[in-house]
Amino acid sequence: MKVELKDIYKHFGPVPANDGVTLSVESGTLHGLLGENGAGKSTLMKVLSGFLSPDRGKILIDGIPVRFFSPAQAVVLGIGMLHQDPLDFPALTVMDNFLLGDPSRFRLDRQRARSNLLELSAQLDFKLDPNAWVSNLSIGERQQLEIVRLLWMGVSLLILDEPTTAISSQQKDKLFAALHKLTDQKKTILFVSHKLEEVKELCGKVTVLAHGKVTGECKMPCPTEKLVEMMFGQIITVGKRSALPLDNSVLDLSHLTLNDWRLEVKDLSLQIRAGEVIGLAGLEGSGQHLVLKASAGLIRPKAGHIRINHTDMTGRPYHQFLEAGVTYMAAGRLEEGLIAGMTLTEHFALMERHPPFWVNWALAEEIAAQHIQEFKIRGQPTTTVEELSGGNQQRTLLSLLPPHSKILLMEHPTRGLDLESTEYIWEIFLNRAREGTAILFISSELDELLDRSHRILVFFGGRVRVLETPQVNGIRLGESIGGKGFES
Amino acid sequence: MGSGWVSPSEAKVLNHRVIRSDTRAMEWFLRSSAILVALALSAVILLIVGASPWDAFALIFSGSFGSSAKLAYVMTAWAPMLLCSAGLVVTFAAGLWNIGIEGQVVMGAVFATGVMQALQNSLPPNAVLLLAASAGFLGGALWGMFAGGLKLYGNVNEIFGGLGLNFIAGSMTVYLVLGPWKRPGIGSTSGTEPFSPSLWLPAFKGFQVSPIEVLIGLVAIVLMAVVLRGTYLGLQLKAIGRNQRSAFLMGIPIGRRMLFAFALCGGLAGLAGWVLVVGTSARHNLFPLISSGYGFLAILIVLLANLSALWSVPISFFFAAVVMGSLQLALQRQLDSSLGGVIQGLLVLSILMMQGLRSRLLPSKKR
Amino acid sequence: MDLSILIASVLAASPPILFAVLGETITEKAGVINLSLDGSILLTAMIGFVVALKTNNIIAGFIAGMMTGAFVALIIAFVSLTLHQPQVATGFVLTLLCRDLAYVLGNPYAHVPGPLVPHTPIPGFMDLPVIGPILFDQNPVVYLSLFAIIAVWAYLFKTQPGLKLQGLGERPAAAFVRGVYVTRMRYVYTLIGGALVGLGGASFSLMVKPGWARPYGIEGTGWIALAIVIFGGWHPIRAAIGAYFFVSLQTAVNLFQSVLPNVPTQLFPALPFPLMILTLLLVTIGNTEWMNRFLSLFPEKTQRLLARTLKTLQTSPPASLGTIFKKE
Repeated sequence: MKVELKDIYKHFGPVPANDGVTLSVESGTLHGLLGENGAGKSTLMKVLSGFLSPDRGKILIDGIPVRFFSPAQAVVLGIGMLHQDPLDFPALTVMDNFLLGDPSRFRLDRQRARSNLLELSAQLDFKLDPNAWVSNLSIGERQQLEIVRLLWMGVSLLILDEPTTAISSQQKDKLFAALHKLTDQKKTILFVSHKLEEVKELCGKVTVLAHGKVTGECKMPCPTEKLVEMMFGQIITVGKRSALPLDNSVLDLSHLTLNDWRLEVKDLSLQIRAGEVIGLAGLEGSGQHLVLKASAGLIRPKAGHIRINHTDMTGRPYHQFLEAGVTYMAAGRLEEGLIAGMTLTEHFALMERHPPFWVNWALAEEIAAQHIQEFKIRGQPTTTVEELSGGNQQRTLLSLLPPHSKILLMEHPTRGLDLESTEYIWEIFLNRAREGTAILFISSELDELLDRSHRILVFFGGRVRVLETPQVNGIRLGESIGGKGFES
Repeated sequence: MGSGWVSPSEAKVLNHRVIRSDTRAMEWFLRSSAILVALALSAVILLIVGASPWDAFALIFSGSFGSSAKLAYVMTAWAPMLLCSAGLVVTFAAGLWNIGIEGQVVMGAVFATGVMQALQNSLPPNAVLLLAASAGFLGGALWGMFAGGLKLYGNVNEIFGGLGLNFIAGSMTVYLVLGPWKRPGIGSTSGTEPFSPSLWLPAFKGFQVSPIEVLIGLVAIVLMAVVLRGTYLGLQLKAIGRNQRSAFLMGIPIGRRMLFAFALCGGLAGLAGWVLVVGTSARHNLFPLISSGYGFLAILIVLLANLSALWSVPISFFFAAVVMGSLQLALQRQLDSSLGGVIQGLLVLSILMMQGLRSRLLPSKKR
Repeated sequence: MDLSILIASVLAASPPILFAVLGETITEKAGVINLSLDGSILLTAMIGFVVALKTNNIIAGFIAGMMTGAFVALIIAFVSLTLHQPQVATGFVLTLLCRDLAYVLGNPYAHVPGPLVPHTPIPGFMDLPVIGPILFDQNPVVYLSLFAIIAVWAYLFKTQPGLKLQGLGERPAAAFVRGVYVTRMRYVYTLIGGALVGLGGASFSLMVKPGWARPYGIEGTGWIALAIVIFGGWHPIRAAIGAYFFVSLQTAVNLFQSVLPNVPTQLFPALPFPLMILTLLLVTIGNTEWMNRFLSLFPEKTQRLLARTLKTLQTSPPASLGTIFKKE
């Protein structure tokens, strides 16, 4: 089934997520879609799979323009998507997951479905136990189930969204083998990923997206540098780091093992000194958030120790980390940082470290006004935070940081800010670093990582590589994020 | 149960996104139409049972304001509602549904009665009353913390925990009234031996209401309004109610603050229980169902007041008037006095619907 | 006492709670909480009785009860699914409102004798030893209640739409992808659940506790039904067991009253409620973090045994219970 996207345009707010994307996928091929986070891949796939309707543009199947308005309708037309977190039902069995949504009959025929399930799985060399609870399956197995199900529903174009993020390498090999089998059967596969190496290994042709537009297409084999350039654009590096940091270890992670439902960071050991700025790179879900949260005391490590200023803080509650001088700033501005419905003044009042009984509103408002000026927040002390624009919310979050922290842990601190604001903010951070604050920040901007950090930790599937910034350039960093150097 | 429940304060934020000076008029319009709709529906109900709406409304009005004696009655019902509303404003601010408030009122009454029975012959009356009030506060606060503890450590949703505790409190009352505290000789559910008039709250001559009970209620409301607006405790509670996760990340101790809210609300409810035992229109004893549903009514009041402490004052007065006035319906017209409850329920339901309509129909503005 | 007669009487008294519990299980399985049960049971009981009285037709009474229950459920569905107001608030207000409405509208009909569901034993079967009197010497409503348990179970676990219902409450996003119209189905199941609650209410006034009075005497049953739904783990069979257990408790309590004359009679009806909290505690406490840490203090074998017992008791609600579904 040949699928064409013509001039797809979709926006949420002023900046378009997809800005006139044209893409053509030939029948029976393995087509890769490469791009950084925020490039527009997920929006495009949501459009193609029926979750979203494009503002403009057309979709053609085998030359015929089609319109569909829901994922279920897309499946009927033969387009099915495997999500990064498969949309299945953990509380039900494999068999029931397979069956749910099959329009053919009213009464459930579990016998017939069972044989279909086992047959299809065997064809692709998957091993699925129909009676198992999906909550007990690994992500790889859940993917296999979903692929088998979509095939049974008659899907001819299978979209895979970052499928290898959380699966083992054995499962990955199985998946790739299955995908090749499917193309032999004349199914079309669209492989969406940020992992350069895998896309190179698997696909016959690659389309690269950046900033909502198609920046290029490439037939395999295609040199990595070309792909990196299409993904990240030109990278200019100008070192703007603080002077060589002081010597004392402020944060000491030793043999840290962390896990969540998706992946595991194993045996990470790292020492961070006062005044050091460490950038955490890697695409979403590679483990950097886990490390940051663990350093803040929000998650307990499965193994290993965390020491702050030589005090063992492993397993201690969050508020003790706060008292030890750790400051954590999450990425979700309104979900995990600001409180919708409260004004700026109220937020500043809440940040009072040792509050008296009575709130001094006049003082709080003054402080708020000061910070508004200092951080150039476009708002009044009486403005509620949800009324602010995204960029101003970010500035507010930064202005709420306590003045003297030993360790600053930040997720995407300059996301959504323009250049001027970013410069200004980093001035403030550099000042803190000079005073001895250690800074760990997650960012997806390569130049920010290269410019500001003394060292960069690159995360890929739970594994970590440490890069010293004087010895790294944009290409190397991009490759590393894409997975190069992690094979072992 | 799932944490995906929209807490009342979150709903308030969702609804208040659109507040601007230019939509204030729209607000007032929607509120008034909600009230009118509720009254119209009440009229329909009255017609169904064959009564005249005008007659019924007039009767309720005269039943509450017709004479100074009736007005005094209204004010005695007002007092416990004020106390309960004051407490609920705090728990609602923290995003909690303190359905257990009825049980907290009852436990307050139980503790107060216990202290009074123990000390009535050994201490001067004023001292006994004071100690009983403290005991009432303590009893309610403990019962409130019980519900909070069930939630925090047992994962039992505060609605069901509170409900179960309500029933337990009720059962305890029955047991006490028919068992250890029973009237000598008779022992019935009409209650314990009534206290002597020296232990009643003094009332005005000719106007049968004690200034103390009303004053306590009003003071409680003002205090809670002050706590919520002027203290760090209040600010932190509001933060918890609006966004528990962000509040936690800011370092606010969620568990301790929630327990505090439960204790404070329970304490005020317990104080209401004390008023119900020693107040002017009380029977001056402990009997089952002493809480008379005032706790639940207070939930309705605070919902109607949009969680505002100050607005609870007039609204609770109105509710008290309706409660007292509708007693006349049963006495004079063969109508069930629950009509008052119908009016109150319809009011809250209409307001809820109007709030929903407003937030769905009016677009939210952003800078 | 003859055991089979005892069991038969439990069965005869169970339909109201059974229908309410089954109905609410369906509603909550779809992700909606109908907190108004205590009030709507009263209201539907009253209306069922009055309609049956006035039309001299029992079936009309039951239908009226069902329609009332569905209407109350419709209000909750509308205010929460379309107007996005908190379900708990609406449910709570409706609890009080329905109760008060029942008292006001039912006032003229208190203590009025009315129609009763006739006793219809099934000839032939009723003489079977042991199960005869239990299962076949009852009235149509009891037969219907037994059928309802099986029907709900079969629907949920044996049909495609029932499977979709399970998915709907668990993960609406995934159900949506599979072609389920989330909001629409939530409306439908809330209404069906409400109708079943209405059926339960009417079963009170036309069968178990004939007539109407103020107070009616079953106040508080709706809250118990809600707790049984939780205790039943949102599974129709387990919930039915919970309902039968509760009714047995009530029956046992009535028996003990005559045996223990010293304890005040008013205490007994209230006994199930503290038990309710305890059971709720049991079924949710295993999910807490501190419990997990507490368990890890025990040696490996005991730990596993304890964990397994806790796990079988534990219930967790349909993951999307009470939340609003947004497509993006």
